[in-house]
Amino acid sequence: MLKKVFQYRDLLFMLTLRDIRIRYKQAAMGFIWALFMPIVAVCAGILIKYAMANVSGTTIDLLEVVSISVKVLPWTFFISSIRFSVQSLVGNSSLVTKIYFPNAVLPLASTLACLFDFAIAIIVLAVLLTVAQLGVSIYLLWLPVLIIFLFLFTAGLGLLLAAGNLFFRDIKYVVQTMLTFGIFFVPVFYSVDQFGKWSVFLLANPVGSILEAINSVVVLQQMPDMGWFGYAGASSVFMFLIGLRIFCEKEPLFAENI
Amino acid sequence: MNAIEFNNVSKKFRKGERFNSLRDSIPNFFSNMIGKGHGRDELEKREFWAVNNVDFHIKKGEVVGIIGPNGAGKSTILKLLSGIIIPNKGTLAVNGRLSALIEVTAGFHPELTGRENIYLNGTILGMKKKEIDEKFEDIVDFSGIREFIDTPVKRYSSGMFSRLGFSVAAHVNPEVLLVDEVLAVGDIAFQSKCAEKMRELLDSGVTIILVSHNIALIRNLCQRVILLDKGQVLKGGIPGEVIPYYENLVHRQRKHEFQKKMTRQQMDRVKVDDEAVVEIKEVHIMDETRDEKESFSVGTHFIISVDFEAKEKIENPVFSLEVTRADGVVCCMSDTREDNFSIVQIDGQGTVEVDLGKLNLAPGIYGVNAAVWDEKMIHPFAIRHVDVFFVEAEASARPTNAVFLWPMGWTINKTSSQDER
Repeated sequence: MLKKVFQYRDLLFMLTLRDIRIRYKQAAMGFIWALFMPIVAVCAGILIKYAMANVSGTTIDLLEVVSISVKVLPWTFFISSIRFSVQSLVGNSSLVTKIYFPNAVLPLASTLACLFDFAIAIIVLAVLLTVAQLGVSIYLLWLPVLIIFLFLFTAGLGLLLAAGNLFFRDIKYVVQTMLTFGIFFVPVFYSVDQFGKWSVFLLANPVGSILEAINSVVVLQQMPDMGWFGYAGASSVFMFLIGLRIFCEKEPLFAENI
Repeated sequence: MNAIEFNNVSKKFRKGERFNSLRDSIPNFFSNMIGKGHGRDELEKREFWAVNNVDFHIKKGEVVGIIGPNGAGKSTILKLLSGIIIPNKGTLAVNGRLSALIEVTAGFHPELTGRENIYLNGTILGMKKKEIDEKFEDIVDFSGIREFIDTPVKRYSSGMFSRLGFSVAAHVNPEVLLVDEVLAVGDIAFQSKCAEKMRELLDSGVTIILVSHNIALIRNLCQRVILLDKGQVLKGGIPGEVIPYYENLVHRQRKHEFQKKMTRQQMDRVKVDDEAVVEIKEVHIMDETRDEKESFSVGTHFIISVDFEAKEKIENPVFSLEVTRADGVVCCMSDTREDNFSIVQIDGQGTVEVDLGKLNLAPGIYGVNAAVWDEKMIHPFAIRHVDVFFVEAEASARPTNAVFLWPMGWTINKTSSQDER
């Protein structure tokens, strides 16, 4: 299945380029667009932190703001990827029904295009953190691995949902609702430690454990929890493979069911 | 080795609306689990075979046309071949790099420029980026829209749009090419370029499957033709055999429609005089052996007889007869007065017969209009305009736009010493 996608890697590249171009071509904001959602999310996070600090009678320190910013970026990558992937097959129905090519490149291109936005945001944040003299440590070497995990998990889920939405159009609405409120179920604005023994439930979500690990290596500058790191890695690879597998199994039915 | 093998392939589709939301499907899913499963071969309610047990093999370098009326399954076969859908039964194999000149603009994105779309569409059609780099100039030249290559294609005219699409698709260099009604793109100049490109492909030994309603094109390009109807192969063979067969099939179907239409019109007309004194009972269209037939081949001796019944005595009636082509062209008309054939009187039942000699009408559908008039041809007693016959196209006959196939004797008298062949 992966071989076929690899054969069409030029197409994957072109489709990714198309998605990026379209997003930036007519947008007045240009590349600021890549930062827009993270900025809004960080503001929301600071607001919530401020409220929580008020209740508990403490103040928010810079590290907490940094922690929110660092976790918001992968989170926005995740939700925008899923949002674009879900629509990627149905939105390109003329391609799916008329031309043969491995359809998996469509959701994958959506995810890759969001990875591009993510990269821009990372660069901007890295500059900010360097200016603030924060976050540079040997543990940063873990970050690429974590981003690969996140990418695999997101791509796998995107493939699965794209195929699902082709057969059942209401999956799109379910996904949108989940994504809107998802931020409360994933440790973005808060840390899982605050939940004590219940934190297991938050970390069971691979996105949650990946975000926590990213927070450890970037903000706390320490080794990630290896147990959860292993879990995140395994579940991401599993999600990618199962997503791709189901996608490819159902692919012959796409054209007549779309 | 065969380039394409299509072994007893069947594909079913479903009519009507179907479930595509979770809300509808979850109850459906459970009821299906409880109920017994359906086999792949059986038809459920509302399903039909779009392609039914179709079997053909195409050798490398062959050019094969697929013809048939709408809904015959032509496009489904192309989709099966290109792998977009999979068959319910049977197997198929394509040996060699396949490309399809189908919906050549499907991969275009309106916001992107011509240049960007060439790359996008090229890769969608299976080319590598490097390949497109090499062919880019050729593609742009072929499309003839160099000045607009950096303009978003949403600003293109529809002609430019499809020209660019065709140009990309035409440069894929396939081993097996599927073509579906795309050659009629652009203006005359571009069309001749397309024809040239097709010739080039033909000469280069590419295996081609051509689906078209353009019979002349099929006749010119294809070595073999497969005729499909309702998902089944009706006939296969050389164009000279299959195409006339197809034309007859189409005409026969249209004949029924034509007959229905005429009968409807007749019903409307008849209401005018209910108390007709003469009634035309029947019109027989026959060949020389007095066999009543619906379809005739060119050159048959052709006789039309009209059965009438006069309810009272009528003196000096005039019978008229008219043969009209389906599109309304009157091919011949005459009446007994014109031909100085006088009928003194009629009373009761009788038959008038006209011998039309050798049938030399071109293949097509014709209607017969028979009428009985008074002496001065002012008032018709009865008109009957419901009878239809059909002239068959003959195998290997050339297509014609003429009304008549007139037997023509050519001679030449040379008047000068100039060379003439």
